[in-house]
Amino acid sequence: MSSAIGTEDLKIVGSRPLRPDGVDKVTGRARYGADVSLPGQLIGKVLRSPHPHARILAIDTSLALALPGVKAVVTRDDFPDMPDEYAAAGELTINYRDVTRNMMAREKVLYDGHPVAAVAAISESVAREALKLIKVDYQVLPHVIDVREAMRPDAPLLHEAQYTEGVSPKPDKPSNIAKRLEFSRGDVAAGFARAEVIVEREFNTQPVHQGYIEPQACLASTTEDGQVELWTSTQGHFMFRAQCAKLLQMEVSRIRVTPTEIGGGFGGKNNIYNEPLAIVLSRKSHRPVKMVMSREEVFRATGPTSGGNVKVRLGATKDGRITAAFAELNFQAGAYPGSSVAPASMCAFTRYDLDNVRVIGHDVTCNRPKVAAYRAPGAPIAAFAVESAIDELAGKLAIDPIEFRLKNAAREGTQTYYGPKLGTIGYVETLEAARAHPHYRAPLGPDQGRGVATGFWFNIGGETSATVNINEDGTVALMHGTLDVAGGSRAAMAMMVAEELGIPFEQVRPIVGDTAVLGFNFITAGSRGTFAGGMACVTAARQAIDRLRTRVAAIREVPVEAVIWKDGQARPAEGSAIRFEPMSLAQIARLAGKTGGTIAGHAEINAQGAGPGFGTHIVDVAVDRETGAIRVLRYTAVQDVGRAIHPAYVEGQLQGGVAQGIGWALNEEYVYGADGVLQNPGFLDYRIPVASDLPYIDTVLVEVPNPNHPYGVRGCGEVPIIAPLAAIANAVSHALGIRLCDLPLSPPRVARAIADRPA
Amino acid sequence: MSELRYEAPKTLAEAVALLSGAKGRARVLAGGTDLLIQMRTGRIQPELLVDIKAVPELGEIVAGNGGYRIGAAVTGMQLIEHADFAKRWPGVVDGVRLIGSLQVKGRATVGGNLCNASPAADSVPALIAAGAVARIVGPHGAREAAVETVVVGPGKTSLAVGEIVTSLLLPPRPLRSGDAYLRFTPRSEMDIAVVGAGVNLTLDAQGICTQARVALGAVASRALLVPAAAAALIGTKVDAAALARLAAAARDACSPIDDKRGSREFRLRTAGVMVCRAAGIALERARRNDG
Repeated sequence: MSSAIGTEDLKIVGSRPLRPDGVDKVTGRARYGADVSLPGQLIGKVLRSPHPHARILAIDTSLALALPGVKAVVTRDDFPDMPDEYAAAGELTINYRDVTRNMMAREKVLYDGHPVAAVAAISESVAREALKLIKVDYQVLPHVIDVREAMRPDAPLLHEAQYTEGVSPKPDKPSNIAKRLEFSRGDVAAGFARAEVIVEREFNTQPVHQGYIEPQACLASTTEDGQVELWTSTQGHFMFRAQCAKLLQMEVSRIRVTPTEIGGGFGGKNNIYNEPLAIVLSRKSHRPVKMVMSREEVFRATGPTSGGNVKVRLGATKDGRITAAFAELNFQAGAYPGSSVAPASMCAFTRYDLDNVRVIGHDVTCNRPKVAAYRAPGAPIAAFAVESAIDELAGKLAIDPIEFRLKNAAREGTQTYYGPKLGTIGYVETLEAARAHPHYRAPLGPDQGRGVATGFWFNIGGETSATVNINEDGTVALMHGTLDVAGGSRAAMAMMVAEELGIPFEQVRPIVGDTAVLGFNFITAGSRGTFAGGMACVTAARQAIDRLRTRVAAIREVPVEAVIWKDGQARPAEGSAIRFEPMSLAQIARLAGKTGGTIAGHAEINAQGAGPGFGTHIVDVAVDRETGAIRVLRYTAVQDVGRAIHPAYVEGQLQGGVAQGIGWALNEEYVYGADGVLQNPGFLDYRIPVASDLPYIDTVLVEVPNPNHPYGVRGCGEVPIIAPLAAIANAVSHALGIRLCDLPLSPPRVARAIADRPA
Repeated sequence: MSELRYEAPKTLAEAVALLSGAKGRARVLAGGTDLLIQMRTGRIQPELLVDIKAVPELGEIVAGNGGYRIGAAVTGMQLIEHADFAKRWPGVVDGVRLIGSLQVKGRATVGGNLCNASPAADSVPALIAAGAVARIVGPHGAREAAVETVVVGPGKTSLAVGEIVTSLLLPPRPLRSGDAYLRFTPRSEMDIAVVGAGVNLTLDAQGICTQARVALGAVASRALLVPAAAAALIGTKVDAAALARLAAAARDACSPIDDKRGSREFRLRTAGVMVCRAAGIALERARRNDG
C-alpha cells in the first residue's frame, strides 16, 4: 500500500492514549467467553479419556441419557467422518480429518484427556453425574510420550496408516514420523571443511502451554430451522465459523459467530474444541448449550506447543565468519501431525547471512494433546538451539557475541535458505542498539552471568475487512474484523483512523464486528492484527474521506479535485484557484442525511507485505549454586517494530513475550507419569512465572518502517518470545561455566548440572 | 446428588454438637481456601459444613503469661499485621507469609493450614519449631496436643470425630531467642514447598545455643520435629561445624518421595541447605533480641 506518511505530521500515531477496552476490563464489565448466557441454557461437559492410547471398542450412553436433567448426549456417531482436507489456521495447517477426531475421538483415543463423549444437562452437577454413567470399553494400547522415543522404529504407533511424507522412495512401514522436510542452500560439507572452529550440540525443550488466563468457553444456540448462533472466546471468529461449518457439513451462512472479549490466546485459541459439540448438543436438546473448560481440561486437551529435540552444527573461520550451518529439528506434534517444525526450520538461521545451510525437520506424533500454535510457533525452540550454539562459537573465537552476530547478520537483500530475499529489515539496528545500551556494560556480581540472543519472525498479512461509519455528529464507529486479542490492536486501529480523519482519538469507537456484519477476516495470528487490521482501517478511512470530499464538492458546487482533506476538514486544495468555505467532519455529517445519505468507508483487502521482525535481548541472571535456583536480575529487549502506533502497547507486547519466554526457559513443563497421564494440569504445578519472578523488563523500540504499510507497521507480538530461552540459557552457562542444553532450567536440573560438573 | 447443609454456630458447644452428629460427613469451614477447592474438584463431598468463624473466641489473638493464644479462625493477614506477635515470633510469621497470595491470606487461617494436613503446609514447621500446642475441644471435653502430633499423614489428623482445633498456644519467649522459617520453591511465591525448614533457638549471654527446635516440611508424609538436628545446635555457637552437623541430621531425618514437585535426591540436598539458612536467620534474630 502506498502513500506512506512521514512522522513529522503525525498527531495521534505514536502517542499513548488509554485503550477503548480499558475501563471495561479494569472494572470487570468486559464480557469474556464464560460471561455470556441465554435463558434456558444447558451446561455441556465432556467425558475424556483416562488413557494415553486405547482403541474404543464401545460407548454406552443409555444410563446417562436416562438420568433426570440430562437433555442430550453426543459421541463420535453424531459427527460426520471427514476425509483428508487441509486448511490454514494461523501459522499452522490443519487437516479436517484430524480436527474432527481431536474434538471427538473416533477409532482411538490418543492422549490422556481426549474427548470421547459430551452431555448437556440442566446443571453442571447433573452433567458431571451423567459423565460418570457413560460406559466406554477401551482396549488399552502401549503409549509413547517422548519425541526421541516416538521416532524409534519399535515405538508404539499412533496412526497405522501414517507413512513418513517427504521421504523417497515411500517407506514400507508406517511411522510416528509424519513428515520429513529439508531446506538447503550451498554446499554444507564444503563449508564445514573450510571451518576452523566447529560447535556441535544437541538441545531439548519441553512442550509448554500458551497459559492464557481464560479457559476456552462458548455458548451455542441452534434453532429448529438450522440457524446457529455461537459466542466464543477465539482469535478468529470467521475461522471458527469455517471450521464448524466444515465439520458439521453446514452452509457458512447458517452460522453466526460473535467473538467475546478474549482472556489471552497466544495461538491457543486458533482452533475449535468444544464449539461443534455445543452446536450439536443444542440441536439435539433444542436449548442453548454453554461449555466452559476447567483449567484441568485446558492443560489435558488444548495447546500446547511442541517439545523439541534439536541438533545443531556450526562452523566458522577464526576471523568470525560462519562457513556452514546445519540443524535437525525433531518436533512433537502430539496426537495428530502438524507441528510448527516447518516455520521453525525456516527461521532457525534466518538472522544470519549464510552461504551454506541445511535444515532437516521431522514432525512426530506421540501420545500428547495435539499441539497448537504458540506465539511465533516453533521459532523459540529453534532459536534456543541455534543462539546457544552461536554464543558458544563466539566464546570459542573470543569474539563479543553481539560483534559476532554483526559480522554475520542478515541485511536487506540477504538471500534466505527457504526462499525469498529479505526486504527492509532492522536486525543490525537492534544489535547496534543492544551493544550501545548501558545494560550491556553494567558490572556483574559473583555467580551472575549475562546472555544475549536474537530472534526473527516472518509476520503475515492476509484477508481483512473494516468499515468506518461516519455518525451523524461527526464521530466515528469503526467496525473491524481482526480481533483484538488483548494486545491493544483496537486502540492502534482507532488511532490510525483518527489520524487519517483528523479527529480526536476519543471520537473513534472501535467495535469488533461479528461474522454477519463484515466480510471474511483471517485469524489474529502471525502478528497481523495491527499490520493488516490497521491497513484495512486506513483503507476504509481513506474511502470515507474520498466520499466526504465528493459530498463537499457537490454541496459547494466545485470539482472534487479542488477539495482536499486536512486536519479534519474538507478544504480548497492548496494553490487552487477555486475557493470555498471549508467544512468540518461534523458539519458534513450533520448534512449527510439530506445530501445523499450517510457516509461510510469500507475495506476488503488481502494485506500483503508484512515486514519481518527482529529482536536482540540481553539478560542478567544470578544462580544459587546450592539449590540451582535462577533469578532473572535484569532484562532488556530491543526490537525493530517498524513504527509503534501506540508505543506503550508495543512495549507491553515485548514485555509479555519476554515473560512467557522466561517461564519457558526456567520452569514450565508437563509432567507425565509412567502411565502416560498428565500429573500437573494446573497452575500450581505447571509453573508460569508470577510477577515477583520477573525483573522490570526494559524495552528499546527500534523503528525501521515497513515500506509496505501506510504507517510503517511491522507485527511485533511474536518476536519477543523467541530470544529469551537462549538468552537465559547463555546467561546461566556463563554464570556457571557449564553449557546447559536442556530446558527447563529448573532448580533440580541446574543443581544436578552443578553437582555433575567434572572437577 | 447429595444436599449440602451449611451451619454457622455462635458457640463452640454448638459447633462440636453439629460435627459430632454428622458422623464424619461434616467438615469444618474456616477460611475455606483448601476446603472449597477440594469440594470443587470432587475430592471430598461433605454433607455438612460447620463454619467456625462466628464463634468469637476462635477469632482472637490474646497475649498472656508471656505467651500467645491464636484462635483457630484467625486469618493469616491478621497474624501478619499483629505487630507484637510478629516481633516475638518472626519465624511463625515467615511461614504464614508464604501461604498463597495476599488475597488467600486474607481468608486462610492458621488453624486451617494445620488441619488441612498437607505435609507441605508452610506455617506448620514454623509452629512446630516454636513449640506451639494445639488446644482441642470435642464431645468428650478439651485437651491439648503438641502441634507435631496433630497431623499424622497427608490429609489425616489425630482429631477424633467431633473434635475441633480451637487455638494454638505459643509459649513465653526467653531473651535472646529467635526463630525463622524458609522454604524452597521453584517460583518466588504462589507455590508449594519442595522443602520447608523451621528453626527456633535461644542463646545464652555468651552466644551459646541453650535451646533449639528444628522442624522440616515436605520431606516426609507430615511435617517433622527433628530432635537430632536441634541437638547439633545446642551447646554450640551455631558455627560452621554445627551447621554442617545440622544439615546432616536434617537430611537423615528426611524420607522424601520422588514426585512432580521434586526428586528425592533434590529434596535431600535442599533440606540441608534450607535448614542451615533458616538457622542463620534465627541466630541473627536471637542476637538482636537481647532485651
